[in-house]
Order: sequence, then C-alpha cells, then structure tokens
Amino acid sequence: MAGIKEWSDYELSLPGNAACGGCPSTMALRTVGKALGENAVMIMTPSCAVASIGLLPKSAYDIPTLNICFAGAGVSASAVVNAFEIAHEKGRFEGEVPTVFNWTGDGGTYDIGLQSLSAAAERNDNILHFCYNNEAYSNTGIQRSGATMQFAQTTTTPGGKPNPKKNLAQIMLEHRVPYVATASIADLQDLYRKVEKAKAIQGFKYIEIHAPCFTAWKFAAADTVEIARLAVKSGAWLLWEANEDVITFQGATKQIAEGKKEPEALEEYLSAQGRFNKLLKSPDREENLAQLKADLARELALIKHRAAFKG
Amino acid sequence: MNKFDTNKSRNDSYFPLAVPVKGAGGLTGSWRTHRPVLDHDKCVGCDICWLYCPDGVIARGTQKIDYDYCKGCGVCEKECPTNAIRMETEE
Repeated sequence: MAGIKEWSDYELSLPGNAACGGCPSTMALRTVGKALGENAVMIMTPSCAVASIGLLPKSAYDIPTLNICFAGAGVSASAVVNAFEIAHEKGRFEGEVPTVFNWTGDGGTYDIGLQSLSAAAERNDNILHFCYNNEAYSNTGIQRSGATMQFAQTTTTPGGKPNPKKNLAQIMLEHRVPYVATASIADLQDLYRKVEKAKAIQGFKYIEIHAPCFTAWKFAAADTVEIARLAVKSGAWLLWEANEDVITFQGATKQIAEGKKEPEALEEYLSAQGRFNKLLKSPDREENLAQLKADLARELALIKHRAAFKG
Repeated sequence: MNKFDTNKSRNDSYFPLAVPVKGAGGLTGSWRTHRPVLDHDKCVGCDICWLYCPDGVIARGTQKIDYDYCKGCGVCEKECPTNAIRMETEE
C-alpha cells in the first residue's frame, strides 16, 4: 500500500467550494480523486455534494460532473459507461475508457436511488458506486433516511427514529457483484486502498463511506474525523471488504471481529453527538441502549457468518 | 473570447457549462471565525493535515495554509499528531 507521501497531488475537489467547513464529503472526495486520477466522470444525484459545486459558470470539481435525477444514479452511470465503451470500440477516442463513478448520499443509495442501483448491480455494469453515508437527508434539512440509526433525532423524527437502519452494504453483496466495501473518513488510507483496488476491477463496484455530518449529528465541525473514529471503535460502523466473495475486515473492526478487542463503549460515541440527546435522557435509556447494542452485535455476527460461508 | 474568465482551464477547451476553478463558492476564507496557525518548530511534516483538510487548502510538504479559502473548520488542529496547529480567534 502506497503511503500518503506517494499519493498523487491531484485535487478533485477544489478549494473554495460551497460545502460547509469540515464537510466529510469533500474530505472523502479528495482522497477518491487521488486514487482514481483525472480520467474519470462523476455522476451525482441531489445531495450536498451537488450544492457544493458552487455557482455557474464555476465548478468546484475538476472532472466532468453530471447532475442527474434522484432515482437515476445506477442507470445513468450504466448509460455513460456503455456509451464510452462503444465509442472506444469504434475508435472514436484514444486512450483508456474513463472510470465512471457515482457520488451519492444515503438518499440516492438507500432510499430513492435503490431500484436503479439494484438493477445496475444485477446487470453488473462497469461502474463504481460511492455512497457517502451521513445517515440523514442533510442537504434538505436533516430528514430521516433508511440509513439513520435507530433512536437518532432528525427533523422528521424529533423523538428519535423508531426503526433500525437498513444494512445496505450486505444487500449489495447479495447482488453477487465483484466488489463491495465499507470505508470511513476515519481511515482515509484504507479508503484510498479500496478505491485503487475497485478501479482495477471490471464490473459493478460498491463502496460506502461513513461520513459524520456535523450539522445533522450536532457536534463541532473540528470533531468530524474523531466521531468517525469513535463509530468504528464502538462497532457502530464496520469496516470490511468483499472481493470476489472473500470477506476481510479492516482497522478496529478486524480486532473486534477476531475477538482481540472489545468494542469501546457505545455511550461515548452517542453522547459525543447531539442527535441522541433524547435517547440518553429518556427513562427507557438502558433498555434502548441494550437494543441498539444488540442490533450492532447482530450486524457484526451476520457479516462474520457471511465471511465464513462458502457457497 | 473567453467570457468565463478563469485561472484554470483544461487544454484551453471551451466548456459550455461550468469550468473547474478555485473559489466556486466565493472567497470562503471569509466564513472563518477561527484561523489555523502553524508552529513550524513543532511540525514534523507528516502531511496528516493535508490528508484530512476537507478543502485541500494546506499545501503538501510546506504546510502553507491558503487563508483565502480556509473555512476554519479546525479538523487540522484536532488531527495534528504533534499539536503544531493552533486555532486562533479571527480579528
């Protein structure tokens, strides 16, 4: 693995973009850009990443970027890559076919974008789908999404979300695609390695990046990376990759999965954010915390069983 | 000819829509309430600040901070392993 000293100087997300200071999306996008290089086309569904582009005639992203409708990330990327591959076959352009990738939030992946994404995965089109998962519709005013953690407050669930989140990475894995990975902004070197690996694979690739959003989760902008780190250490976010159905764990998740380390206290992760205030102060606190922990333990057990399963 | 006057255009080609350029959201340095200040004596040049800076305003190697665009989020101060960056209140 290349150390950060050997990484490219290329900046995909340029300074002076319109994202909030401390935005995990632009932070992750910089690393993704360094791993993918300049020869790429980005497709975005409505999200903060689109709002960060800035105003015409300027764009904050250094590569061709298409803003498409919310439900269409999968199908749009499929169309673009198919057009490139056909044009390349016919000799319309020289050089390598650009990497076509989606940069979507959890809305464009978990909820609104799911059907076209699922179809693209099933067709095994040669695209790379990124979900930067900030566990809410942060761009439109922090509504709940399918990725929001249970008991988290959002503007549409002011008393805390009643339902647990979807396990989308495993749903994507069951599409039998060549590469599925979860990453976090807590470990950008790990993200870089995963993107580099995915770039070289032919077929559908899915990478989900845990991206704590300080405006939605209610913590100080400076703590963005620290919160992401706490999520991994407490087992609230798991780092794994599935390459051709061989599942491996990374970082703190590896130590937890191998039983070398106990996950750190979940309460520390939750109390660092404002969105769990009602859970932490509620009379059912212990009961709800126990349920949350049981859910996270179930998720870990499920992926461990999946890793051991040889079909 | 070029009504999209920018300080960067790839292959001098004409972009009908938007051109990638620094400062697409304006001079975002004006958003700042706290300014990161680097202590060169403590800095070991590990480039962790460059890696985690969400806006890419810290130069690699020299750790020079571009105050025109730095939004002052403070991630660099938190992540610096040697505490070489300190956030100071903006005048």
